[in-house]
Amino acid sequence: MKFVDEFRDPRKARALFGAIERIVPEIDRQEDRPLQIMEVCGGHTHTIYRYGLEQLLPPGIELVHGPGCPVCVLPMGRVDDCVALARRPEVILATFGDAMRVPGSRGSLLQAKAEGADVRVVYSPLDALALARSHPDREVVFFGLGFETTMPSTALTILQAEAEGIHNFSVFCNHITIVPTLRALLETPDLALDGFIGPGHVSMVIGAEIYGFIAEEYDKPFVVSGFEPLDILQSLLLVLRQLRDGRAAVENQYSRVAGTAGNAAALRAIERVYERRAHFEWRGLGSIEQSGVQIRETYARFDAERRFPVPALRVVDPDVCRCGDVLKGLIRPQECAVFGKACTPESPLGALMVSSEGACAARYQYGRPVEPASA
Amino acid sequence: MSDDPPGRPERTISLAHGAGGKAMHDLVEAVFLRRFDNPHLRPLDDQAKLGLADLTARGDRLAITTDSFVVDPLFFPGGDIGRLAVCGTVNDLAVGGACPLYLTCGFIIEEGLAIGTLERIATSMRAAASEAGIALVAGDTKVVERGSADKLFINTTGIGVIPAGIAVAAGNAQPGDRVVVSGPLGDHGIAILAARGKLAFETELVSDCRPLGELVARMLEACSAIRAMRDITRGGLGTVLSEIAHASGCAIEIDEAALPLRPEVRSAAELLGLDVLYLASEGTLAAIVPGEAAERILSAMQRHPHGRDAAIIGKVAAAGRIGVTMRTAFGGRRSVDPLIGEQLPRIC
Repeated sequence: MKFVDEFRDPRKARALFGAIERIVPEIDRQEDRPLQIMEVCGGHTHTIYRYGLEQLLPPGIELVHGPGCPVCVLPMGRVDDCVALARRPEVILATFGDAMRVPGSRGSLLQAKAEGADVRVVYSPLDALALARSHPDREVVFFGLGFETTMPSTALTILQAEAEGIHNFSVFCNHITIVPTLRALLETPDLALDGFIGPGHVSMVIGAEIYGFIAEEYDKPFVVSGFEPLDILQSLLLVLRQLRDGRAAVENQYSRVAGTAGNAAALRAIERVYERRAHFEWRGLGSIEQSGVQIRETYARFDAERRFPVPALRVVDPDVCRCGDVLKGLIRPQECAVFGKACTPESPLGALMVSSEGACAARYQYGRPVEPASA
Repeated sequence: MSDDPPGRPERTISLAHGAGGKAMHDLVEAVFLRRFDNPHLRPLDDQAKLGLADLTARGDRLAITTDSFVVDPLFFPGGDIGRLAVCGTVNDLAVGGACPLYLTCGFIIEEGLAIGTLERIATSMRAAASEAGIALVAGDTKVVERGSADKLFINTTGIGVIPAGIAVAAGNAQPGDRVVVSGPLGDHGIAILAARGKLAFETELVSDCRPLGELVARMLEACSAIRAMRDITRGGLGTVLSEIAHASGCAIEIDEAALPLRPEVRSAAELLGLDVLYLASEGTLAAIVPGEAAERILSAMQRHPHGRDAAIIGKVAAAGRIGVTMRTAFGGRRSVDPLIGEQLPRIC
């Protein structure tokens, strides 16, 4: 595969692993504590586990899996609201596939579907709009999810619906925004992160320079990274070089896709359609100011929360779940008491076990330690 | 392919076709008997009568298997529900080391299905059965009201005979054995997604749906001590190998770089965020074979058209956690668990 295999070349990977191994001893750090580098994005977490990168890193480096999995941070109450919308007889609920299994307090969309709700998996909000066109007698609700990566496509779909005069389409908006979230994370007491591998696709939309405050105010290296294994290794090396040199800056490893200032057309669409919510609830992290968006009054008729009664109940996560601590990098997935026991991909308790990008699911799927000889 | 004269409205299945009377008799005659005529089926008794002598001459155990087919859409590149219903059951017999001989077939038809569609499917089943060397000896037709089924469901039951001395079972894998697959992974899974119009791009990929009886016969000629075989269907290679590892209580290690994959399957899986280890095939098998016979079996497979791209992809380890691990192209190692639920595409 052109433009993919180049970024998976094992020989180049060996060279990068070598460079990483050589640089670690040159970094000034406390002996008993490994360097903790957070990869913000769930897509990075997936690559790290899929290629087994973690086991190939030298001792002294630990990758911490961040909050950048939009499915994982969705609170149960929002899932319940979505299920309630899906159960309305006039509604066709259109969703990305990996939201199907996210557990609410009374089941997932998958269960609602089995019980008769009309839930359809789509690959794009435009597929949902096509459903609205072909089912004029039904109400199509798109489950809008994701960071700035998916925000513009939902916004453009709403603008398209308006232009075509489609009246039976709306969005249940759960889009979230990365910068306030990173800020909230950096404000966490005891946070012991040394640097960040920054999100790639989000940065394609919002640009790399927006992260300047992380280097300036919090003194942490931040490298915007692509998603292929070589991208991640190179970004890690760039973070480590900054640490060795005692610098903190925003660097862009993913310049083939993400620019400095972002994508102007996408940002305009976002600005036109959404406004910030005062607060948005994150699973595991609690309420974060200004971290979510809602649809502006001008487009109120495309807002499922205004179009239909939504229960809007807050549901507390189960006590035993430590998703929040995992998201903040305070513990590793396998250090949670229910990991792999009460909480598995088959019946997830916490949301991090749901999506293949969730830190716990990825760890469970790809990374369980090999037990001693049994055969 | 329909027998309808041009210009007439399409004839469709009605509840009368399932009522047991003349309409049903005519349908069975016109659609099925015409295509599957053989001495076992022709008398149209309530049962087929199979001679024991013929069976015992071929082996010392009967193998019986049943499977139901509900694929949507009914026709897809490289096959259709009828071909799938024959090949699926033939392959379930073959991977047990059995020679597939007889097939029974139950049709559950939704009222309103075009008779021409049923005829096309029956024609395709005849072709698949003759490719597989299996005779359809008994059948049943039911018609249900519109909405009670989705167009057409087919159940097939297959009977085969296992030659004396052959013992192929999921629990037989041993340390030192090799893992072999007979062809590229995932063709069927991606072809079906494409046929459902779920891919935003076009592909010329066709399903690998085909009978594997002959290929297995060549493999067993090369080495009668093949330990375990599974056809790779739902759940994909990852699930099949996990089942064998757990049944045998052993650790299977496979090598990512050795997996046979078509570039278009790799690309489609990449774009959709699907893991190729869990994509379905319908005419590809995985086998655990004794280490010393692996090369011999592989070349026997590669000489057969259905095994041309066969490859050795891993081994049964001397020790390790029970289950499957894969050495990634990077030299890392990941565990390969059975598929949980349906494979759902990732969003970003």
